Amino acid sequence: MNSLTLDPNFDNADDFYAALLHHHDRLDPAQSHAFNARLVLILANHVGDQRILSQALQVAADSAGKTA
Amino acid sequence: MTKMYDAPFYPYVRHGDQDAARPAHHQVCIVGAGPVGLTLALDLALKGVQVLVLDAGQTVSDGSRAICFAKRQLEILDRIGCGEAVTQAGLAWDRGKVFARERLVYAFDLMPEAGHRRPAFVNLQQHALERILIDRLRGLQDQGVPIDLRGGNKVEAVGTHDTHVMLEVETPEGSYTLDADWVVACDGAHSTLRRMLGEPVAGQVFHDHFLIADVVMHADAPTERLFWFDPPFNPGQSALLHRQPGNVWRIDLQLGQDIDRSAEMDPARVTQRVRAMLGPDVAFTLDWVSIYSFQCQRMQQFRHGRVLFAGDSAHQVSPFGARGANSGLQDADNLAWKLQAVIAGQAPDTMLDSYDQERIAAADENIRHSTRATEFITPKSEISRLFRDQVLALAADHAFARPLVNTGRLSTPCTYDGSPLNSADALDGPEITRPGAACPDAPLGDGFLLDRLGDGFILLTIDADAPEQVTEQGVTAQRLAVSTRDDPSLALKARYLGGAPGAVYLIRPDQHVAARRPAYDDVQFRAALRRATGQEATA
Repeated sequence: MNSLTLDPNFDNADDFYAALLHHHDRLDPAQSHAFNARLVLILANHVGDQRILSQALQVAADSAGKTA
Repeated sequence: MTKMYDAPFYPYVRHGDQDAARPAHHQVCIVGAGPVGLTLALDLALKGVQVLVLDAGQTVSDGSRAICFAKRQLEILDRIGCGEAVTQAGLAWDRGKVFARERLVYAFDLMPEAGHRRPAFVNLQQHALERILIDRLRGLQDQGVPIDLRGGNKVEAVGTHDTHVMLEVETPEGSYTLDADWVVACDGAHSTLRRMLGEPVAGQVFHDHFLIADVVMHADAPTERLFWFDPPFNPGQSALLHRQPGNVWRIDLQLGQDIDRSAEMDPARVTQRVRAMLGPDVAFTLDWVSIYSFQCQRMQQFRHGRVLFAGDSAHQVSPFGARGANSGLQDADNLAWKLQAVIAGQAPDTMLDSYDQERIAAADENIRHSTRATEFITPKSEISRLFRDQVLALAADHAFARPLVNTGRLSTPCTYDGSPLNSADALDGPEITRPGAACPDAPLGDGFLLDRLGDGFILLTIDADAPEQVTEQGVTAQRLAVSTRDDPSLALKARYLGGAPGAVYLIRPDQHVAARRPAYDDVQFRAALRRATGQEATA
């Protein structure tokens, strides 16, 4: 059975993070918000598997407020 | 309190050059007696080049300044006979922890693999390193090696010519002129030589201020790197703690953008901040305090005819990742053998352009890493802060997010991919030893591989045949024959052969790989040796 990968899986985490922030560079908060929503939907479609998406939603919910 | 760096360590002494009828001539003149200038001077002198170091000051640096020296830099210091002294004087570490607020996010180990002579890092105050380097310099002088260090000698003017460089030097007893075949500016971020040549530095300036406090205290804590995001004792900002020798601890506190510098430097204010961090029961004294901000920037070119720039004069980074002094030592490592080859007539002076190419690539890599770390530590926008905080929230529970946490990517040597001195990779071998890479260490018999490489060209044969030496246009590569049987741990095999049964490597004097093949091929290795000394076009 497929399950959500929570081990490191980035080819290059630093390159991804820098590119992500670069895309936000010239966006105002509302545009950034919308950008993030689109990105979530694009990645969710790539994953496809509803069981995995459910697990991801739960992990995101559980981590809320841990340090922030 | 009298500090060890208060007394002049290389006081001004009048020299015969000052009374000479015409300017005295030197092969290489190095401006600046910091870690970079001294390392370069020692490396050159040990290669038989006559070298003079000039410094406006008369003693080692104040305060701790650069404190983290990485494994590769210890290996460079080994080549110049200082690695053991630095390792002995310093505190070795390879572990660290990252906290967000009061919560441990994760712990790391920088060197999970065995089979290296040197640890991932040692912490040692810059002035202690400088003293070791100067002791070594004086020791060489006593042996009659032509190396000199003149304190109280401030370069006031520079004149560049096709054949030499003129320097006008100010001393407490007036000025004098000397000329040098080559000048290397190792005179720091505010380089006088750079200003005199009118060369700009370009890059990104950051506006956050950081407080450094060297604190003396007796604490029974391990030597590790501790980093905090938004700790209770410095809310909304970051903090970094490093242990140094002699019960000295380096505390690095982010202060923010708009600060009252003189108020923050007030010892009472600093004591209050340190007290908040250490708690009410820890006895400590302040040893040194400084406030800094930083830039990530570099010169367009590090070579300007017969004047070369090395270390902070050429490029500057944020301190996160210990990429300042460490990259400066690699500049020295890269430049010394090239300058020697050009001076000895074994390479055309265009070979020095490869110093530019290789070390600019390294500077860009260091600037990229340190800029990214700075963005993570001091996010410049709301969205950047949001992602940073959520990465930290996830990282404590989930390993996937930890590679995104960036408190500084700690210094590793740059691989000179695409260098004109490299020959095309002809071995189906490990990535880490491809042409351009710094040779990784490996156990060898009772010792280690890097100690056997020395500091000339080496033809390293691993379970392979080759002539005992190869000489091409005045440059000789000496064979070092080893076998995977010399290393039962199989680190040598893993790092240099991979699946290959044997290999021949051509290794440069700075211990970077120039070429590698599964077996010796006379035509190919002669071409590689010419290429590595700038005498043949890129393969």
